[in-house]
Amino acid sequence: MSADPTQVLAFETDCHLFDGCGFPAPGLHSFLFEPLLGDADGNGLYFNKPMLLALLGSIIVVGFFWAAFARPKLIPGKLQMVAEAGYDFVRRGIVYETIGKKEGEKYVPFAVSLFFFIWMMNLWSIIPVAAFPVTSIIAYPAILALLVYITWVSLTFKRHGFVGAFKNFTGYDKSLGPVLPLAMTIEFFSNLVVRPFTHAVRLFANMFAGHTLLLLFTIASWYMLNGIGIAYSAVSFVMVIVMTAFELFIQAVQAYVFVLLTCTFIQGALAEHH
Amino acid sequence: MTSALVFLAAEGEKENPLIPPWPEVVIGLIAFVIVFGFLAKKLLPTINKVLEERREAIEGGIEKAEAAQTEAQSVLEQYKAQLAEARHEAARLRQEAQEQGATLIAEMRAEGQRQREEIVAAGHTQIEADRKAASSALRQDVGKLATVLAGKLVGESLEDHARQSRVIDRFLDELEEKAEASR
Repeated sequence: MSADPTQVLAFETDCHLFDGCGFPAPGLHSFLFEPLLGDADGNGLYFNKPMLLALLGSIIVVGFFWAAFARPKLIPGKLQMVAEAGYDFVRRGIVYETIGKKEGEKYVPFAVSLFFFIWMMNLWSIIPVAAFPVTSIIAYPAILALLVYITWVSLTFKRHGFVGAFKNFTGYDKSLGPVLPLAMTIEFFSNLVVRPFTHAVRLFANMFAGHTLLLLFTIASWYMLNGIGIAYSAVSFVMVIVMTAFELFIQAVQAYVFVLLTCTFIQGALAEHH
Repeated sequence: MTSALVFLAAEGEKENPLIPPWPEVVIGLIAFVIVFGFLAKKLLPTINKVLEERREAIEGGIEKAEAAQTEAQSVLEQYKAQLAEARHEAARLRQEAQEQGATLIAEMRAEGQRQREEIVAAGHTQIEADRKAASSALRQDVGKLATVLAGKLVGESLEDHARQSRVIDRFLDELEEKAEASR
């Protein structure tokens, strides 16, 4: 894919409306990157922009919390106060609310890390130069969802034993009577197969769609910048700004939803089955 | 339209967006583990300690304030009790003073009465004695004067000069004798 013309950014071409070239619509190719190092077609070892952003993002998150929490003060400074507010939001607003204070305390670091990691990965979308949400590549949500999956499934086995865990997964309930086998099958499938998949895809698809929308309007405002198209281009540019603000909101919401679901799964694993 | 679909299908064959490429999964895991490692092992425990300390400091402050308030309350009660006691004491003293004053006045009145009665009694005795003395003296003098007058009256009538002078002499003598005797 090295010579792929779709790898060229719209801005790098001089393609405009009425110039006789088609609209360079964003698509799946917008989420593929030329490796910065290595070759994707070769031995599979490569390093591309999303990877760089992922590592950079984790360093930024750690750096932020390091600056805020490494030498904490009893009377917090501004940075520490902001970080504490974020920490407290996840701790109280998500973990304590779903799992409860006593059992939830153990999972606070996991939830806090997840939230700020995902948020940072999402935020790359609207940070200039980077301008790409790392989470719009399925690999990143998938590995996080997998970690969550391993956590709550192993927790279910540890807490309830094999039979208890099986009952937990299948939502075993004698009062269902004859539909019990059907209900159990559906529940089992829903919990163990669909759940991790939707957990990852929810985040991925939101960021994917958001980034596509942003791309669409950005490319359109460039493409239509010719003759009468300038008026449309202006509208499109306003939409870029509106969508950027909207994305800013969605990024936080998706990080929140991902962590909230994580905590709900853990809570479900801890809950005694009736 | 169809060409676009064909294009998308071709793209999909090349790279299904729902199939995660392994190198990126590994990088994602590494990136997350970096964040989780630092936060879970170092930064969150540190901040938790400080948050706990802060909570304790705030609670300690509240406890201190509560202690101060309790103390203030107890001191206030003590003062109130003392004040009430002092008032009570003052009232008691006033009562006592009043009682004492009343007794004193009564005593003094009684004493005055007694003294007055004594003085009156002494006066009466004196007067009685004086009266008696006066009366006895008066009686004597009246007797004398009467006698003298009588003598004089009697003597005038008598022509006998010699006798007259005798009687007068005798009378004078008597008087002198009496004066002598009374002395």
